[in-house]
Amino acid sequence: MAAPTHTHHGTPTLNVAAAPKELEREPLVLNNRSLSWITSTIAGIVEGNTPKWWWAFFIPSALVMSMCFGMIAYLISAGIGVWGLNQPVGWAWDITNFVFWIGIGHAGTLISAVLFLLRQKWRTSINRAAEAMTLFAVACAGIFPMIHVGRIWFAWWLFPLPNANSIWPQFRSPLLWDVFAVSTYGTVSLLFWYTGLVPDLATMRDRAKTKIRKFAYGLFALGWTGSNRHWSNYEKAYLLLAGISTPLVLSVHSIVSFDFAVSVVPGWHTTIFPPYFVAGAIFSGFGMVLTLMIPLRTVCKLHDLVTIRHIDLMCKVTMATGSIVGYAYAMEFFIAWYGGNPYELYAFKNRAFGPYWWAYWSMVSCNVICPQLFWFKAFRQNVVIVFIISIFVNIGMWFERFVIIVTSLHRDYLPSSWGYFSPTPVDILTFVGSFGLFLTLFLLFMRFLPMIAISEVKGVTPQADPHHPLGGAKEGHH
Amino acid sequence: MAETLKPYALLAEFETPADVMQAARAVRIAGFRRWDVHTPFPIHGMDGAMGIKNSKVGYFSFVGGVTGLTIGMSMIWFMNKYDYPIIVGGKPLFSPLFAFPVSYELTILLASFGTLLGMCFLNRLPKLYNPIFKSERFARASDDRFFVVIEASDPKFSAVETRKLLENLGSKNIELVED
Repeated sequence: MAAPTHTHHGTPTLNVAAAPKELEREPLVLNNRSLSWITSTIAGIVEGNTPKWWWAFFIPSALVMSMCFGMIAYLISAGIGVWGLNQPVGWAWDITNFVFWIGIGHAGTLISAVLFLLRQKWRTSINRAAEAMTLFAVACAGIFPMIHVGRIWFAWWLFPLPNANSIWPQFRSPLLWDVFAVSTYGTVSLLFWYTGLVPDLATMRDRAKTKIRKFAYGLFALGWTGSNRHWSNYEKAYLLLAGISTPLVLSVHSIVSFDFAVSVVPGWHTTIFPPYFVAGAIFSGFGMVLTLMIPLRTVCKLHDLVTIRHIDLMCKVTMATGSIVGYAYAMEFFIAWYGGNPYELYAFKNRAFGPYWWAYWSMVSCNVICPQLFWFKAFRQNVVIVFIISIFVNIGMWFERFVIIVTSLHRDYLPSSWGYFSPTPVDILTFVGSFGLFLTLFLLFMRFLPMIAISEVKGVTPQADPHHPLGGAKEGHH
Repeated sequence: MAETLKPYALLAEFETPADVMQAARAVRIAGFRRWDVHTPFPIHGMDGAMGIKNSKVGYFSFVGGVTGLTIGMSMIWFMNKYDYPIIVGGKPLFSPLFAFPVSYELTILLASFGTLLGMCFLNRLPKLYNPIFKSERFARASDDRFFVVIEASDPKFSAVETRKLLENLGSKNIELVED
């Protein structure tokens, strides 16, 4: 690649040899690929024949998803007693799974919105897949609060709809705030994702060989022509959506944490919860993005688009947020001691050394210790190690929610009402089944829609820059 | 059918962003009004070259956001204070503080809808029929080619002169699209 040195400015008075050499930025698309290579590589994944590995993943995922729906049907027909929760642990795997999935969703919005506002151009290779992941994670998350209400046919009472009893939802409850936060989050993520897809759907339409494809992609592309008058409004809309989604992503997990923090249960009633939950959500989300993107870049041969640098940067975000989470764990203990509330102190001693000590220390090992390996470049750039650590991050973040929910509830103020929660097979199979739903949706997405934002990736290449020689700039036209 | 066709626009193809940007500048200076540039991705600086003013999408977002906030606050006041007042934990029947999280989410929700629908309205989308799709070369406008399109309805348009202008600007492929 032509290094953008300044020698061609032709200023003979300067000693060119003594001038500091301009540090070359690592390119975001490797091997100096052309614009049409980017189009055909990404669109080619969708247009080619269905690969065998796709079926090998899709069929088991769809079966596991059916198991999830089967378990839900059993739960609804038999009643909530088929789960292991009971007094004193009234929330257990249901809400753990809900918070786990909703947290995973946060990386998508962070990558698409926050990194956009921060002008982090590397986001373009991963934002589409991460946003899709967000939508599917929110879909998985939405199931659990819906089915945990017991009499699911009354779940619509969560929404402010007129009913025969003439009563309304009680807006002083954080549980209701959560309904609005999660449904807004799902909807806005969908709008943002679709907005980003429009130019790429136009590309798919223009390349379509069959009438059905042309019609289907054309319909959703809305007649996009790449007009610059349209791009002008589009870019403003995209910027505004990013600006709107940034406070949204911070508010959603804050409100999820209010479900706990606004109560008076020792172990839940802490002001650190909102920032701690948001950091944890981003941490778990980046863990899941790495878990998905590392195998995908190999099987779809996307090494020039999702480069080692992308993985390196994602590892750094994972490490930073993992460290924030570790700090929050320590701070909770400090405040439990410093606050002087014996119940609070007991809740935390019980968390680390009580009957659920194994869950607590699994959480600490996976979330605090494991990501510290990312201080070292050798670990960040070894995709096998990154993949393994990303799995540990996913496990650790599930345990975090389990620890917060179950250990805080299982020992009440009176020892006579203490208990120990164990999951039933229905609990376990419903949760495992939700992964089937997640993977099925993700596999369908990558089969039918461009997995990487084609127009956005083109926009960050030097060929797209009218002031760069590769973009056609002639000398003296700077 | 053939007799009813009349010229719709001249499509001029360019190979690099720099070329199309230079062409756009020249077309604007020549005084055309009904024309556009079509590119596979937004080109930085093209708005300035074409003389496009700042987008008005923000007004739609603002109206959406204000609507959401108003709906949230007034809905909660109506439901919990006016229509079915019920005391919970000695808390006030209405306070903007506990009403804030829900109103905030509704602000964001409607601002997003305002943004997307505003963008579609300003761009007059969806528009599934467009004469320029008749050009086969134009399919590359979403791949790796850059087009200047001057409509025949422009008062300055002339089939011969305009084509000459585009040729002089360095376009190798110029095509007349009919509608």
